Amino acid sequence: MNYAFDFGVIWDNAGVLLAGAWLTFKISLLAITFGLIIGIIGAAFRTSENRILDGIALAYVEIIRNTPYLIQLFFIFFGLPNLGLKLSAEQAAIFSLAVNFGAYSTEIVRAGVQSIAKGQIEAGLAIGFKKLAVFRYIVLPPALANVYPALIGQVILAVLFTSVVSQIAAEDLTFAGDYLNARTFRSFEIYFTIALIYLAIVWLIKLLSFLVERRFFEFAKYRR
Amino acid sequence: MSSFEPQINAASTATLGTEPIIVAKDVEKWYGNGFHVLKGVSLTVNKGEVVVLMGPSGSGKSTFIRTFNGLEPYQGGSIEIDGIAIAHDNKGIELVRREVGMVFQQFNLFPHLSVLKNITLGPIHLRGMSPSDAEELGMSLLDRVGISHQASKYPGQLSGGQQQRVAIARALAMRPKVMLFDEPTSALDPEMVREVLDVMRKLAESGMTMVCVTHEVGFAREVADRVIFLAEGHLLTDTTPDEFFNHPKDERVKKFLSQILH
Repeated sequence: MNYAFDFGVIWDNAGVLLAGAWLTFKISLLAITFGLIIGIIGAAFRTSENRILDGIALAYVEIIRNTPYLIQLFFIFFGLPNLGLKLSAEQAAIFSLAVNFGAYSTEIVRAGVQSIAKGQIEAGLAIGFKKLAVFRYIVLPPALANVYPALIGQVILAVLFTSVVSQIAAEDLTFAGDYLNARTFRSFEIYFTIALIYLAIVWLIKLLSFLVERRFFEFAKYRR
Repeated sequence: MSSFEPQINAASTATLGTEPIIVAKDVEKWYGNGFHVLKGVSLTVNKGEVVVLMGPSGSGKSTFIRTFNGLEPYQGGSIEIDGIAIAHDNKGIELVRREVGMVFQQFNLFPHLSVLKNITLGPIHLRGMSPSDAEELGMSLLDRVGISHQASKYPGQLSGGQQQRVAIARALAMRPKVMLFDEPTSALDPEMVREVLDVMRKLAESGMTMVCVTHEVGFAREVADRVIFLAEGHLLTDTTPDEFFNHPKDERVKKFLSQILH
C-alpha cells in the first residue's frame, strides 16, 4: 500500500461539507416531522371503521413500501413537473422522503394504536369524547410510546435514505462528497469523513429522540 | 367525611322514587354471532335510587348497563336517559354520555396521564373548564376518595383499589346525573374491595342515582334500594334487598344465592 493519506482536503473544504451536512440534517428533520404527521393520519385511517379511509391508507402504504425510493424521488422531481407541479431539488427531497417515511410510520403507528386496550377507548367514549378526540387524547400518546423504539429505527433509516437525494442534485452531504471527490480524487478521505458525519447526525437524532422519550413517555416506566 | 353534594345535580333534592331518569323498555340485543343476550328487558330507575343488578355470569347484566350509555348497540326496544333516547351510534350520543358516569371492572385509567390529569381531561375539554378550576375540582374529588396525596402519580404507580377510586373520581368530575358501575370490585384483590365499596356507599348516601352490576352482597343489602336479577337475558325479579336475600321466591334466584352465599 503506497497511498499517502491527506486529510488536508477535508479541512480545506470544510465549508462545503458542513453546508451539505446541514442540508442533510434539515431535510431529515422536516421529512421526519411531516412524515410522522402523515403516519399518524394514516394510522387513524387504517384503524378507522370507515372502509374507504382504510382503503385509501392501505393503497398508499402498499404503493410506497413496494416501490424503490429512488423511483419515487425521480417521479416527484422529474415526473410531476409534467403536471405543472415543479419543485426545487430540496423541496422534492423533503416531499418524497416525507411521503416515504409516512408510509412506513403509518404501519408502525397502526401497530401502536392496535395495541391499546378497548377499555381505554370505551373509557374515553363514556366520559363523552367523540371518536376523534378519543384518538387524539387517549389512544395516540400511549400508542406512540408502545412503538417508539420501532419508530426511532425507522427514523434512522430515513436519515440514511436522504443520501439518495444527491441523485437529483439536492446539495446534501452525499452531494458535497461527490462534488469534492470529482475535483480531488481523495475518495478514501472524503467518503470516510462523510460516513463519520452521517454517524454524528444519526447520533444527534438519537439524542433528540431520547430527550423526547424522557419528556413525553415517562409514564411508560410505570405501566403494567 | 363530607358528602359528594357538589358533584351531583338535582338528585339529592328529588324525592326518591318519583322521577324516572333511566327508562329501558323491552330491550333486545343479539351479539354478532347471533347469541340472543337481552330478551326484552325493561327497567325504570328513578332519581336518587341505587339499583343493584345481579345474576349468573353470562346473564347479560353488564351488556344491559352498557346499552345505557350507548357503548353496546341494541336491536329492539328503547332506552331513555333523562328523556333523551339512546342508540349506539346516534348523533350527539356523546352529549348524553357526559351526563352518565361509568366505572369499569378494569378501571381503564389513562396510563399516560397523571391521576389528576385523568380527572381533569373531561372537564377541560368537554365542560369548557379552565385548567385551574378543573384542577381544583379534581383535587377536591381526590380528597373525597381519599387519594389526594397521589395526584401527581401515574395510574401504574397505584394499587388496584386506588386506581378504581380515581376512576370513580374521574367519572364524577363530569358531574353526571347517573353513575353506572360495571363490576367495579371484581378485578380487585380482596383487601382492596372495601375501600372502593366505602366510596360507593358515600356516593349513594349523597343522593347519586346509581346502577351497579356487582356480586357484593353486603353492599347490595345495605345500600341498594332495589335488587334486579337477570338470568339468560330475562329480568326475573325486581325487589327490595330484604325480599331478594331473605325471602327469594324464584328457584333460579335461590340457586344463585346458594352459590354466592357460601
